[in-house]
Amino acid sequence: MATVATPITQEYAGGTIARAQVGLWRDGFRRLRRNRLALAALIYLTVLLAVAILAIFWTPYNPATILPDTLTYLGPSGAHPLGTDDLGRDLLSRMMQGAQISLIVGVGTSAIVLGVGVVVGLIAGYFRGWIDNVISVFINIFYGIPGILIAIILYLVLGRGLGNIMIAISATAWMDMARLVRGQAFSIREREYIEAARASGARSGKILFGHILPNALGPIIVQATFVIPIAILTEAFLSYLGLGIPSPLASWGSIASEGYQALPLEPYMMLWPAVALSVTLLAFNFLGDGLRDAFDPRQRR
Amino acid sequence: MTDPILDVRNLSTHFFTDDGEVKAVRGVSFNVARGETVGIVGESGCGKSVTAMSVLGLVQRPGKVVNGEIMFKGRDLLKLTKEELRNIRGRDIAMIFQDPLSSMNPVLRVGYQIEEAMHAHNKIADAQIDARTIDLLKQVRVSDPERRVHDFPHQFSGGMRQRAMIAMGLSNKPDLLIADEPTTALDVTVQAQILELLRDLNEQTGAAIVLITHNLGVVAGLCKRVIVMYAGEIVEEGTVEQIFESPQHPYTWSLLRSVPRIDASRRERLLSIEGLPPDLIELPVGCKFNPRCPFRIERCFVDAPPTEEVAPMQRAACWVTMKTAYAEMGAADIKDTSPGAASGVHPRGRQALPEAEVTATVAESVGD
Amino acid sequence: MTDTIVHIVPTPVPSTEPLLRVVNVVKHFSAAGTGSVKAVDGVTFDVMAGETVGLVGESGCGKSTLGRLISQLIPVTSGEVILDGVDITKLRGEKLRQQRKQLQMIFQDPYASLDPRMTVGDIIAEPLVNFNMISGKAKDARVQELLRTVGLNPYFNNRYPHEFSGGQRQRIGIARALALNPKVIICDEPVSALDVSIQAQIINLLEDLQREFNLTYLFIAHDLSVVRHISNRVMVMYLGRLCEVAPSEDLYESQDHPYTRALLSSIPVPDPRIESKRRLVELSGEIPSPLNPPSGCLFHTRCPIAQVPGVCADVVPPLELKPDGHLASCHFSDQVRTKIKIEEAPA
Repeated sequence: MATVATPITQEYAGGTIARAQVGLWRDGFRRLRRNRLALAALIYLTVLLAVAILAIFWTPYNPATILPDTLTYLGPSGAHPLGTDDLGRDLLSRMMQGAQISLIVGVGTSAIVLGVGVVVGLIAGYFRGWIDNVISVFINIFYGIPGILIAIILYLVLGRGLGNIMIAISATAWMDMARLVRGQAFSIREREYIEAARASGARSGKILFGHILPNALGPIIVQATFVIPIAILTEAFLSYLGLGIPSPLASWGSIASEGYQALPLEPYMMLWPAVALSVTLLAFNFLGDGLRDAFDPRQRR
Repeated sequence: MTDPILDVRNLSTHFFTDDGEVKAVRGVSFNVARGETVGIVGESGCGKSVTAMSVLGLVQRPGKVVNGEIMFKGRDLLKLTKEELRNIRGRDIAMIFQDPLSSMNPVLRVGYQIEEAMHAHNKIADAQIDARTIDLLKQVRVSDPERRVHDFPHQFSGGMRQRAMIAMGLSNKPDLLIADEPTTALDVTVQAQILELLRDLNEQTGAAIVLITHNLGVVAGLCKRVIVMYAGEIVEEGTVEQIFESPQHPYTWSLLRSVPRIDASRRERLLSIEGLPPDLIELPVGCKFNPRCPFRIERCFVDAPPTEEVAPMQRAACWVTMKTAYAEMGAADIKDTSPGAASGVHPRGRQALPEAEVTATVAESVGD
Repeated sequence: MTDTIVHIVPTPVPSTEPLLRVVNVVKHFSAAGTGSVKAVDGVTFDVMAGETVGLVGESGCGKSTLGRLISQLIPVTSGEVILDGVDITKLRGEKLRQQRKQLQMIFQDPYASLDPRMTVGDIIAEPLVNFNMISGKAKDARVQELLRTVGLNPYFNNRYPHEFSGGQRQRIGIARALALNPKVIICDEPVSALDVSIQAQIINLLEDLQREFNLTYLFIAHDLSVVRHISNRVMVMYLGRLCEVAPSEDLYESQDHPYTRALLSSIPVPDPRIESKRRLVELSGEIPSPLNPPSGCLFHTRCPIAQVPGVCADVVPPLELKPDGHLASCHFSDQVRTKIKIEEAPA
């Protein structure tokens, strides 16, 4: 005859976790890894970063040194893998320096945009009311004016220099970020866990930076990634016009500018910066696309 | 059962997800007679909705019916072509879902959508469609149907939208109506009206109704037979009286005692089934209810119990069954119908409080 | 907390002064252009220490809004909420924040009420952190203690909400509400989003916690069976006003408001014999739009015994004491049981 076993002694009535699942970030990175293009982009950018860091300590030749043998407009060779420029300076070294400039401008601008845009957006989106009205009106006024135009004008006013380029570019780029963050704050503030935070006595600052910001990070990171190629391109453009980084510092844009004159003679001088810019901009865009797809909450199971 | 209209045999539907193979429905067999009202009861994840979707061929990737036969009027629905299935769906078998707002196209008028259902199947003559649409709205008790026919879905309230969905479902005079949680999203007064409507329609039109729900009260009011599902399997099946008065599977028994009743005369503690349903990807061996079952024995951990007849027309899949459990614990009567008797006998063998003690304590507490 | 023997839930010892007093609370939302929605239109009631008061009603009745008004998550348009002698509607800023230690809330959606980016331990500890109450090891100890109290493994504190089931998340929400040792907890549909068997777990947990910590509950839900089970008294709400207030023991036997009676006749009972004998009270029409509420008694447009034209359409019935001890707002409460049939006559 069947006997009734001892009753349930479950130590915790709530039970064990049904299935331990991967964390949110790990889930995103897993999806990112599957995106071949984004992965290739990430690898390329890592290599570029390594080169730029290396360039702080060592380049094959001093990028500013005019070689005594006056070997100008040389094509690629053993001694100069990328050739030399119109003044006989080694192009590989100058390109490496250019990588430094591009990355500094790109990431630096993105950092400024993040700092300003996120704070303004959070405040506008969470508090709403008159603060939001003022901020929104301000942003809407400047939204119609092309960013590059303002960047150029501002840069001319501020004077030449790496820092000033970053300030000039971020002067309009922060507004896009602020808009995005404002929208995120708008929707997140309606969620129940924000109400719960208020009910448990959280102050506004804690809610903004402890709850809303962490939950808006996905789109913010993606947007920040897209700011970088815009900044790089703008700086290259300014340098190409001769307005940007002062020589003898080498920026990809200024190398291209110098190479324009030599185009019929020696195409390499313009080729290298053109390729480098194109690939780098593409890489950042692919990475941004990949990040956006990876962290899209709708795609999560 | 003589010539059931729907005969599901050994149906299994699995979902092939990134995390693994979710065995949502395993070996489910049941049938529905003509004009019968059957309720499929279970909690979320038990497979009741997936079963209904499988019958109508609506299971989407990554889900797939991996085994079984679904006999409808002599034909196996799983062997039909897409075209043949499309003909049956909406004409001979109709389905209504939980959320009527998303089931209807917001930019088309309600009358048009009902007519569309009839046009698609050519069972009703074209000339009669307009009149029938208004008739149908009358039948589902939408007031002022001549005017309402021209309204858009957002102009209808939740209850009215569900009625319109029922009208759409019935428009082609189906033999079978499958209703998946049709009243869960509605207020309780509206729910009661819809259920009464379904009851009346079942009598008037003779369409069989399969009602899928987690609400035991709804089933008690509408259905003649009840099927109880847990973790992808049928654990018990019987007439509505049998299931509610003498449930044989411990899950059914526990479920009935964990639901607060409006008519309970004493405020007793609810029986709570500790723990959680099993993982459908890595299913445990033996009976799937075993870690939570108050009456489990050693065998339950090893062998999955087959479905066996425990009374005329009643089947349960359990090694112990409540008959045995009661016998072991010395309770006199299994047919315990008085409200509040729910917790009279506790799985751990303690007896109910003696009547006198109970009345005394109740009298004290009513003093506020 | 494993399930134990059958027993009667003991009645709390009534104290003399109510712990929570809600006095004529009104909330109007202005709808863009078209006027204002009277979500809550003058609600008054008391809650004594240690009791559970249930608030029930269908969608649009204003019960959730009332819950948020009492916890001051949204401001009142007018009226007072007096918690332990202090009118919290008059408080602002830091003073209001400090009051939150006394009154906590449990939310409906277990999937939305926990921040998905925080660990469970941080979520539960947040109330304590917000008030700088404890830190470091003492904080961890308290979190583990709370997890144990609500029936969860105390070593779950490093996990994230998405790793838990609905019922487990609701337990986490309850642990969070307990962190500050509040006197009153407002439960806003705490079990509506849960499976039936899990509902019983959470209801039992709430009852146990009430006894253990001497809590006072305002239990808001649309399921009258659940509300009646857990509450000492039940308040029925319709379109922003209270229809009836009655002890839960009485509510099934006797009603003084037609809406209450209709509600009871609609609730399905898991018993086929009883179901076959019941008769549904038909309410005519739909719930009126809160933008344009009816005159006089709000329920008169749908009431089976309304006298229209007459007092029901002209005069707002006050919420007053009826002979059987219930409070009800109906001009003809004496006719509710006689004229509205909810059972078929026995054969």
